[in-house]
Amino acid sequence: MNRFAELLDRLAYEPGRNNKLRLIADYLRTTEEPDRGWALAALTGALTFKHAKAAMVRALITERADPVLFDLSYDFVGDLSETVALMWPADRSQKPNTPPTLTDVVETLSLLGKTQLPAQIARWLDGLDETGRWALLKLVTGALRIGVSARLAKTAAASLGNKEPDEIEVLWPGLTPPYHDLFAWLEGRGDKPISTDPAPFRPPMLAHAIEEPELAALDATDFMAEWKWDGIRVQAVAGVDNGETVARLYSRTGEDISKSFPDLIEALKLPAAIDGELLIMRDGRIQSFNVLQQRLNRKTVTAKLITEFPAHLRAYDLLGEGDDDLRGHPFEERRKRLEAFIAKLNEPRIDISPLVPFKTWTELIAARANPGAANAGGDAPAVEGVMLKRRDALYVPGRPKGPWWKWKRDPMTIDAVLMYAQRGHGKRSSFYSDYTFGVWKRGENGDELVPVGKAYFGFTDDELKEIDRFVRRNTIDRFGPVREVTHEAGKGLVFEVAFEGLQRSTRHKSGVAMRFPRISRLRWDKPPGEADRLETLEKILAASEHGRTPVLESQ
Amino acid sequence: MPMRPEDVLLPTPSGVCCKSGGFHIDPTRPVAKALITHGHSDHARAGHGAVLATQETLDIMRLRYGEKFAGATQAVCYGERIKLGDVTVSFHPAGHVLGSAQICVERKGLKVVASGDYKDRPDPTCTPFELVPCDVFITEATFGLPVFRHHDAEGEVEKLLHSVKLFPERAHLVGAYTLGKAQRVMAMLRRAGYDTPIYIHGALEKITGYYQERGIELGEIRLARGMNKADLAGTITIAPPSAIGDLWSRRFPDPVAAFASGWMRVRARARQGGISLPLVISDHADWNGLTATIAATGCSEVWVTHGQEDALVHWSKSRGLKARPLDIVGYGDEDEREPAAESA
Repeated sequence: MNRFAELLDRLAYEPGRNNKLRLIADYLRTTEEPDRGWALAALTGALTFKHAKAAMVRALITERADPVLFDLSYDFVGDLSETVALMWPADRSQKPNTPPTLTDVVETLSLLGKTQLPAQIARWLDGLDETGRWALLKLVTGALRIGVSARLAKTAAASLGNKEPDEIEVLWPGLTPPYHDLFAWLEGRGDKPISTDPAPFRPPMLAHAIEEPELAALDATDFMAEWKWDGIRVQAVAGVDNGETVARLYSRTGEDISKSFPDLIEALKLPAAIDGELLIMRDGRIQSFNVLQQRLNRKTVTAKLITEFPAHLRAYDLLGEGDDDLRGHPFEERRKRLEAFIAKLNEPRIDISPLVPFKTWTELIAARANPGAANAGGDAPAVEGVMLKRRDALYVPGRPKGPWWKWKRDPMTIDAVLMYAQRGHGKRSSFYSDYTFGVWKRGENGDELVPVGKAYFGFTDDELKEIDRFVRRNTIDRFGPVREVTHEAGKGLVFEVAFEGLQRSTRHKSGVAMRFPRISRLRWDKPPGEADRLETLEKILAASEHGRTPVLESQ
Repeated sequence: MPMRPEDVLLPTPSGVCCKSGGFHIDPTRPVAKALITHGHSDHARAGHGAVLATQETLDIMRLRYGEKFAGATQAVCYGERIKLGDVTVSFHPAGHVLGSAQICVERKGLKVVASGDYKDRPDPTCTPFELVPCDVFITEATFGLPVFRHHDAEGEVEKLLHSVKLFPERAHLVGAYTLGKAQRVMAMLRRAGYDTPIYIHGALEKITGYYQERGIELGEIRLARGMNKADLAGTITIAPPSAIGDLWSRRFPDPVAAFASGWMRVRARARQGGISLPLVISDHADWNGLTATIAATGCSEVWVTHGQEDALVHWSKSRGLKARPLDIVGYGDEDEREPAAESA
């Protein structure tokens, strides 16, 4: 447990992806089994303990510490697990306990009932140091929050055997902790594990972005095009296990999200693997991403939610059908199989994403500019661009350059004023690289800036240096790592901010939140007084809520 | 009429004052006569008429403020008793930094100890803390919460060395307060067997040189200034905390930001500072140290100065002691200032 605690501790502070990978790989390489397997399970979110809750942890500390001192401490530290870990009184009257191994913890927790749990956790806490206690409490309450994705942990594991992470991704659904067979294979001591999962996740193929000028270098006849829908990319898989159909819905990262979409799961009746977009369909119309978000945010799926936000799958590709793996076939061929399959499936909740007809790039440019007039019809507001796929493209996991391109619709932009800047992490740690920007709004004392978003990329390294210099020279106040920067009508820095859409937000003072905001241009030439107003954003928001494509008025 | 503690030392917003002895202890504004516990800038300020302190504290003040930092100075040895008016004062090791002292003030049999900043843990760079039995104990409370229970600092130094081994192509920057902590980290690295040169930020040069003059073994210390970026890979550099995330750090290859401080016990503190390698090395007593020291002095009354006063006052009262917080403005600010000069 101590080594695992040390790993979590270090990961929690390390901002850099490559350094995180190094730390995890170093741990996996030097830790014995089955501890390292359970650690990999914990990092990939494959472990859950249903009885351990924050309330239990709180009860444990209340029995052992002065409540006034606990409250003052909790108030200072701000995190329950951490406060308890730090102030846990080690019982010196008892012979020191041997710290449990990670394996002890995992195996014991899976056996214990709810009533036996508190005493066991207390014994462990007595035997561990505070990093160990912190890690134990994070582990059992199921909230690691150390900035490590399942993908990152698998990538680190793959590096043990110089394998591609996608190779592990393919095997993953068939593997069970503590992964003896996986480590044996990675270390060259055993055969590659065979997946026995009837409905496994297949690592997805992703596209590179492309812009109009780059089209000229490509031959239009090599490509097919389809709409890029503004929903969530998913993989819907059905297989047969002992005569029973097993159906699952996976997110793009391989997370099993079936439980949230029972309405869609019941439509997956035939064994196949579909790559598609998860959307909300009402009265035969695809709804905006804002609507989809309202369903995604719910923890419990009620009948009412399903009725109000009916899930829909719009299919792009067929990766497998029955026992046939189609990924090694060209896209054009898979597309024919997909058309036939969707027709055979005959489910109203699952349809096919239509191809965009075009012969020349000029025709495609016109279609992208006006999807409604092409064949997107009433669903046009949910189009966020077009996908270009080579007719001969095999389905390759990862992001190979060339076979697939995404050509997104032009982002919306506004001019906003830099208000606050914060230092970044890792290589940017000495630069003010995270920016909060605002737009004008009528206030009690005339116009005032109200923050509307934060962005930390979109600029070049040289631009970063220029902004950093501006921030240092124009600081008017400091709040810890944050600097407030001059932002008056006549003095300040204007950013052109590009974003993909807007949502209402109660967390932001302005009432709006941007999707995917980034700095698209520095407007040194523009006085802050001429930046955009909140009314402009409210207009965009209202338009998107009424199902129209938002159009910015030219300025 | 029995003597009251306030007849010996009277708390004021700018430090405690002894009327009958005609002096203040660690005053935060200029006074005629000041007794100074140690050289940190929140306790030792320039501009007093006369200063009584240990030789090391006087030297450190001179290094920081120049020759004319006070009208007159008098050096005192640990344990030496000095009569001032109708009180007797003596200085006793506080174990905080080089030359740091607790000041015991005695009047007609009533003893009040102003401990300044102190720690009851080993430190190769200063004389160990000495327990002074007293009636009233004036304690700091920088880490006066039960969440602050610091490990042995040796383990933290091991953590640093392990990280250096794991990331040999990166530079390790260790933030440490200029006076005391920085030299303690250097000395501890040497004791842990680290024998290659340790690099420092220019702001540490004077004080570090002074520690070496006083015979504290720090090994080879080099300035990071002027070094080739690539040559700093795999090295350890010690710098004021404010320099770690600033422009100055750009001269290092992919730096690992470390910080040696008791505050690093709390994750949020480390994260807010952009610290990826927190080292819990404190020059202040932790919760166990504070409470054990209060109990061991045998005092019946506790005055709590800077830090988390509430918890320590609550604890003292729950042990049947009289306890009160003192509102002295301006303690606890050493090295909290903004970045050292970029050229340093």
